[in-house]
Amino acid sequence: MSAVRSTADVLDAVRADGRPAALVGYLPVGFPDVDTSIKAAKEIVAAGVDIVELGLPYSDPGMDGVVIQHAAEVALAGGVRTRDVLRAVEEVSATGAGVVVMSYYNPVLRYGVNAFSRDLASAGGAGMITPDLIPDEADDWIAASDQYGLDRIFLVAPSSTRERLAMTAAASRGFVYAASTMGVTGTRTAVGEHARRLVDDTRAAGAANVCVGLGVSNPAQAAEVGEYADGVIVGSALIRALDADGVGAAGKLAGELAGSLAVAKKPVGK
Amino acid sequence: MNESASPARSNGPYFGDFGGRFVPEALIAALDEIDAAYQKASNDPEYIAELNELHRTYTGRPSIMTEVPRFAEHAGNARILLKREDLNHTGSHKINNVLGQALLTKRMGKTRVIAETGAGQHGVATATAAALLGLDCTIYMGAEDTRRQALNVARMRLLGAEVVAVEAGSQTLKDAINEAFRDWVASVETTHYLFGTVAGPHPFPALVRDLQRIVGVEAREQVQEITGRLPDAVVACVGGGSNAIGIFHPFIDDAQVRLIGCEAAGDGVDTARHAATITQGTPGVLHGAHSLMLQDEDGQTLESHSISAGLDYPGVGPEHAWLAASGRAEYRPVTDTQAMDAFRLLCETEGIIPAIESAHALSGAIDLGKELGPESVILVSLSGRGDKDVNTAARWFELLDEGAEQL
Repeated sequence: MSAVRSTADVLDAVRADGRPAALVGYLPVGFPDVDTSIKAAKEIVAAGVDIVELGLPYSDPGMDGVVIQHAAEVALAGGVRTRDVLRAVEEVSATGAGVVVMSYYNPVLRYGVNAFSRDLASAGGAGMITPDLIPDEADDWIAASDQYGLDRIFLVAPSSTRERLAMTAAASRGFVYAASTMGVTGTRTAVGEHARRLVDDTRAAGAANVCVGLGVSNPAQAAEVGEYADGVIVGSALIRALDADGVGAAGKLAGELAGSLAVAKKPVGK
Repeated sequence: MNESASPARSNGPYFGDFGGRFVPEALIAALDEIDAAYQKASNDPEYIAELNELHRTYTGRPSIMTEVPRFAEHAGNARILLKREDLNHTGSHKINNVLGQALLTKRMGKTRVIAETGAGQHGVATATAAALLGLDCTIYMGAEDTRRQALNVARMRLLGAEVVAVEAGSQTLKDAINEAFRDWVASVETTHYLFGTVAGPHPFPALVRDLQRIVGVEAREQVQEITGRLPDAVVACVGGGSNAIGIFHPFIDDAQVRLIGCEAAGDGVDTARHAATITQGTPGVLHGAHSLMLQDEDGQTLESHSISAGLDYPGVGPEHAWLAASGRAEYRPVTDTQAMDAFRLLCETEGIIPAIESAHALSGAIDLGKELGPESVILVSLSGRGDKDVNTAARWFELLDEGAEQL
């Protein structure tokens, strides 16, 4: 088994490569079924995704738009379990990509925060993104992620105060997830105008790495965000491609996104 | 340690182990803003006077108290007193909370409110306050609930609100809350989420409780006027728990007064179809708070069931979870059948058609009266009236003539 790569290591390697930003791809485990979702995740890695976010489908995904919500409903109706997500982590991390789990807090709480952290680390996962867990409420997760050497990726938003940006940057490890717009996941015609400023402010507040998510769906947007962020997160657009035309289509989109990032302008000072 | 006699007061974020804020970071600034605005308003004589004036001239407060001796004959001849929140404008206790938060919306300079609703009572109350105060209004309601409560959907639309039928998940209250949160994340600069119950992230559980305490404050005084003493028990139905916390709270320090919440047991707590969150739930995070909830072994929320759309919710407010854990309040399950029996009994003995939610509390009072006997005094929160439930009741009791159009 390959050594677990923290997301910070992956982001460093991307910079060492001379690429301006990493490509981060989100896919929910179990959509349309567990084996296909694992195959799709491997496919997008082969096409150039540096970090894979494997979504743990949840019955009440309040931060997600219709595409991811629908995918979660399909996955749950198909019987996906938390342990399937851990199996997916194991198989996808064996490709050498950085793998993180994106999960709402309750399934992790139910599994046991410590037990989940132990099993996630043991499966080769680099860490976890927690869309509804802020550092203020995360004592158990902070302790467990310290114990098992996992990245803890908290979110910042355009509405975050400077104090909260600093607190969240200090609590995070790996990278900070900047939600580019005030809104839920899903494709948009334009990435929020606040995104660049939010990335700058989060760096100024002490974050080493900041990746941007919410609303990035096409190569042009990815290139634009890649000019100022350390990573570009794409989710709903990949799921739509997978849903419409299967694993190959998700891989094709990932390849186009990666291609646009490879030729994007280098960010100044990075 | 004697936690059960007098649990310490809490204004959140935590009630014992329960409460908190499990929401996207994007909402934290808005929650802080509401918290600050409410702290300021609750110490501002102008806000208090404005709210009191609305209670007096618009809602119809104080609500009266009715003793129901013919009903009580079926409840061990205990003295049963109903706190008549059903007589409020819009037909339930929900208006108490809504007016307080709508005034707060104006003070925060926001122009739009959104709300979730199950049975429609909170949606109707919110649409009403929005019309009164000139706010734009969108109401999220599960598609299943829009079918069960078509009359209230029409009411909200008449009042100028947009009603969005939520097709996701179980198409009930829990999904309406998810959808309202999604809207709020995207519209928080102009929009206040006028949350309807004592669940959700801090400060909603404490804020809504404070705005509903008026029910218990009035009732405590009225019971003593009528009977010369405090009641032996206070009984209320519990979905999210706002009417129950409102009537319980002013009695919390009166250790001799039993506080009893009646949860919807649907087909029975030994079946998969119920909404008895405290009786059958486990600790977890739902809709922004750590509380008790119905969930499977992976932490996925289970679908709840109740004949009452207003109680059909797999979560409960964190302060109730704490009152249960500390032993200060007791929670009992009441099945659909038990609730409907009590519903009919109140109609036929007293000429009052209660909301089906409130009928759960009435059923609890029947059992309690039999346990406590004729010398006892039992206070019941009649949290709403049954206009919206006539259709459901007519079908349950098969009262419609053959060929009659649906009500």
